[in-house]
Amino acid sequence: MKRMKKTLALLLAAVLCLGALAACGDSGSSGATANTTSGGTDTGSAGGNPVFKLGGTGPLTGGAAIYGNAVYNAAQIAVEEINALDGVHFELKFEDDQHDAEKAVNAYNALKDWGMQVSISSVTSKPAEATSVEAYNDRVFSITPSASSTATTEGKDNVFQMCFIDPAQGTMAAQTIARLNLSNKVAVIWKNDDVYSAGIHETFLTEAAAQGIEVVSDTTFADGSDTDFSVQIADAQAKGAELVFLPMYYQPASLIFAQARAAGYAPVWFGVDGMDGILTLEGFDTSLAENVYLLTPFNAWGTDARNVSFVEKYQQRFGDVPNQFAADSYDCVYALKQALDAAGCTPDMSNADICSAMLAQFTSMTFDGLTGTGATWDGATGRVSKNPLVVVIRDGIYVAAD
Amino acid sequence: MSFLSFLISGISLGSIYAIIALGYTMVYGIAKMLNFAHGDVIMVGAYICFYAVGHFHLPPVVGVLAAMALCTVLGRVIERLAYKPLRSAPSLAVLITAIGVSYFLQNAALLLWTSNPKVFPNFFGREAVGPDGQAQLLTGVELFGGQLRISYVTLVTIVVCLVIMGALSLFISRSKLGKAMRACSEDKDAARLMGINVDTTISLTFAIGSGLAAVAGVLLCSAYPTLVPTTGSMPGIKAFTAAVFGGIGSIPGAFLGGLLLGVIEILSAAYISTQLSNAIVFAVLIVVLLVKPTGLLGKAIREKV
Amino acid sequence: MEKLKNMNKTTRRNFLTYAFVIAAYIILQLWAGAGMKSSLRGMLVSICAYVVMAVSLNLTVGVLGELSLGHAGFMSVGAFTGVTAAVALQNAVASAPLRLAIAMVVGAIFAAIIGFLIGIPVLRLNGDYLAIVTLAFGEIIKTIFNNLYVGLDAKGFHISLLEDRTQLLEGGKLIIAGPMGIGGIQKIASFTGGAILVLLCLVVIFNLVNSRAGRAIMALRDNRIAAESVGISVTKYKMMAFVTSAAMAGAAGALFALNYSTIVANKFDFNTSILVLVFVVLGGLGNMFGSIVAAAALTILPEALRGSDKYRMLIYAVVLILVMLGTNSPRVRGFLEKLLPRRGGKKEGV
Repeated sequence: MKRMKKTLALLLAAVLCLGALAACGDSGSSGATANTTSGGTDTGSAGGNPVFKLGGTGPLTGGAAIYGNAVYNAAQIAVEEINALDGVHFELKFEDDQHDAEKAVNAYNALKDWGMQVSISSVTSKPAEATSVEAYNDRVFSITPSASSTATTEGKDNVFQMCFIDPAQGTMAAQTIARLNLSNKVAVIWKNDDVYSAGIHETFLTEAAAQGIEVVSDTTFADGSDTDFSVQIADAQAKGAELVFLPMYYQPASLIFAQARAAGYAPVWFGVDGMDGILTLEGFDTSLAENVYLLTPFNAWGTDARNVSFVEKYQQRFGDVPNQFAADSYDCVYALKQALDAAGCTPDMSNADICSAMLAQFTSMTFDGLTGTGATWDGATGRVSKNPLVVVIRDGIYVAAD
Repeated sequence: MSFLSFLISGISLGSIYAIIALGYTMVYGIAKMLNFAHGDVIMVGAYICFYAVGHFHLPPVVGVLAAMALCTVLGRVIERLAYKPLRSAPSLAVLITAIGVSYFLQNAALLLWTSNPKVFPNFFGREAVGPDGQAQLLTGVELFGGQLRISYVTLVTIVVCLVIMGALSLFISRSKLGKAMRACSEDKDAARLMGINVDTTISLTFAIGSGLAAVAGVLLCSAYPTLVPTTGSMPGIKAFTAAVFGGIGSIPGAFLGGLLLGVIEILSAAYISTQLSNAIVFAVLIVVLLVKPTGLLGKAIREKV
Repeated sequence: MEKLKNMNKTTRRNFLTYAFVIAAYIILQLWAGAGMKSSLRGMLVSICAYVVMAVSLNLTVGVLGELSLGHAGFMSVGAFTGVTAAVALQNAVASAPLRLAIAMVVGAIFAAIIGFLIGIPVLRLNGDYLAIVTLAFGEIIKTIFNNLYVGLDAKGFHISLLEDRTQLLEGGKLIIAGPMGIGGIQKIASFTGGAILVLLCLVVIFNLVNSRAGRAIMALRDNRIAAESVGISVTKYKMMAFVTSAAMAGAAGALFALNYSTIVANKFDFNTSILVLVFVVLGGLGNMFGSIVAAAALTILPEALRGSDKYRMLIYAVVLILVMLGTNSPRVRGFLEKLLPRRGGKKEGV
């Protein structure tokens, strides 16, 4: 009986293994394709329009799923709009990487098997660092909507960013605080096991010193201890900080706001682009975020026609207000279209040829998107240059701060 | 005064760990299995309450009861489908199945309720007129002229913890079913020979554990109000640690372990380093287990030769 | 062939395991050269690393009989020290395979040292208490690496905790950058290197299990009191198994990290420890062949399910539960046994 059990267990495992291998072989044929309007997928051209295979990875499951889903949702909207226009069309395939470098490389390879020609890279920094090396080796032109670490683009000529890099955000935050004369006694609360938060924190400290801002309290939290912030708030309060800088995403920030109010502490809050989205939390008391300053590339309450139409479409389809992840992703797809159109690329070109044509475009073109007009890219670093928006939250919407 | 206020924060955090740990320890004590899906049942309970109150506009009490009822059913279903067939299997197999259930619940929640965080409403506040003449929601009591503050959630959590602890202890020591549970925990085969339906008893334990998880979920999210599909996993692990800390299987131990874990976490963050507070919590746990290898209130098992 | 039949059962099984690994290596290597999908080719090295993780944890859980929930901690130690060694030797050692080997050895040594230090307190405990202490150590290792800064310049290594105080000279390089982990890693890990590591680990484990020491370890697992009474030293043999297992995990960590351009401490968290434990339990306690197959299958499975889009991880969870039920539940097994001989009769059911 025991023997039988073992044999059976092994047999099951072997069947599982074989099944997995077999499925692996043809996984390229199905998948998360969001090619809804262009129709033709096989020939690479639908109704005379060249169709490019656009890939990307991001966390669709797990703790960071909000970011990946925002990017994927907005990319779908952009692709649908573009496929109704003249010029190049896209077939989009977006794979889950669970915010993990290993899974991201696996996801990238799946996209490679599918025949990806251009890419919106990965959503979060560490996965993007891993996949951008692969994209560099395979000469797949990539532009990431939101992976903001410097290492994402460093040493890879064909990887570009739509978002500001972390060090730039830290510097800009310190400069803005000085320029708007918000306070010169500040506290910083940051997440010390997070690349994004650590990157911004580092340059913020340097620039704050240069601007004559005194950082009186510098405290952290990590993945397992991101619910109770009483210590961090009490430290900032006890040391008399008038402004608290929060280089983090909006989810922990919402807890900090609530706990600070309960503790009777009302400093000026200052966030970076990760703070964008705080007003869209379902059930969030927006009065908690009143007077929060933030650097963000995108204002969902902007009155620009494109902006309004994007927000409307997004809300209609996905039920919530888009944040900067979504807007950057939407812009990435449009920037790729603009460059592909201008370069006159055709889908039968090799990836290396598309890549060099795109490089020429991206280093020379200016792009107007939801997240800033007149954006240009530096060919040496792949970084974007556009004007950051400094906003302050008043009555539950963003208002320009200066 | 700052020490006292940190202590209170520690107790608030600890009381949440404690209430989750109670469920863990109860299931472990009787079914002898580590139910890693417990944290995820908590998450489901919180979502049910969130939707009952936020979307169907039921009063909070009804929301909590609905969450308890549905989680009890969920617990029964999980137990019936995933754990019961493994009653005679090695305990590690059940542990892995529990992990599978945990993955399942998280991903099902992701599909059902999306990854967008929900902010849980605060049930434990009262309307008052603030100093500026505007109506505001008071969420806690203030002592010593506002220098110390205890939130209502903390008070409620501690009271609920004590009530549940007392009720569970009484139930297990006095009631017929409770005695059956203890018998199963002691020796399944002997219990069966005494005419106890071991299967039903263990299923019932799961049902009670899941009902408790719903309460814990509501309290967890009232205290720390962002709700995402992974909300339960980290507190689940911490509470498991707390349960072991107090002596797994011991109901007062879970309460004590939870409180201490929360207090150590906050105090080490306050006085040593916010960066290392997680490591310090676990280091204290290791030291305690080395001095007292069965946890604070755990029973020493005598080895028979 | 005649010889194979005459061998004793254990030797034959071990021999077949070696043969399986070598055959799998040759087939996959040939296939990789002839049009294998990138998605599978990209996983070969990480499969090797997970296989080593699984067999090494099986030594602790299956052979020694102690549940460990912090095995990823040793992988982390190996990954960070191994990559540091590889970076430091980038100019000194030109040959990539040699550098990989050195990195794996360094990773194994450091993990063994940490394993020894952790083993002193941990192995005094039993059962679930031991499990929770290993979990605690895993979390502590993660926190430390999240706050560790290691730099290298002309004067040698500079190490600091909590904040970057390495103050490197001109031309120096910050290798481990706290929460940002290690970036810009040269990917020198290869499938061949991984396969050799798997074989080496199997040789060590099979020889250990079949030796006097191995029998002592299993005696401890089966009945500690009886074993002690015949004069087996509990600490010595438990430590032997635990440290060996840690060292292998360290080597696997180095191999794994050198296959990606970037690595962070959070990768090696509780979930990774649990994942490896799933491989071990699914493959069967003490069954090394089972661990190999389970680790490979469960690494490929989520990738193979990519076609199922958003239901992917849900299906993965269901498969995991079903496999556990299928291999462990008498009723489900009975059902399957009835089913298997007559494959056509699937629809009739029970």
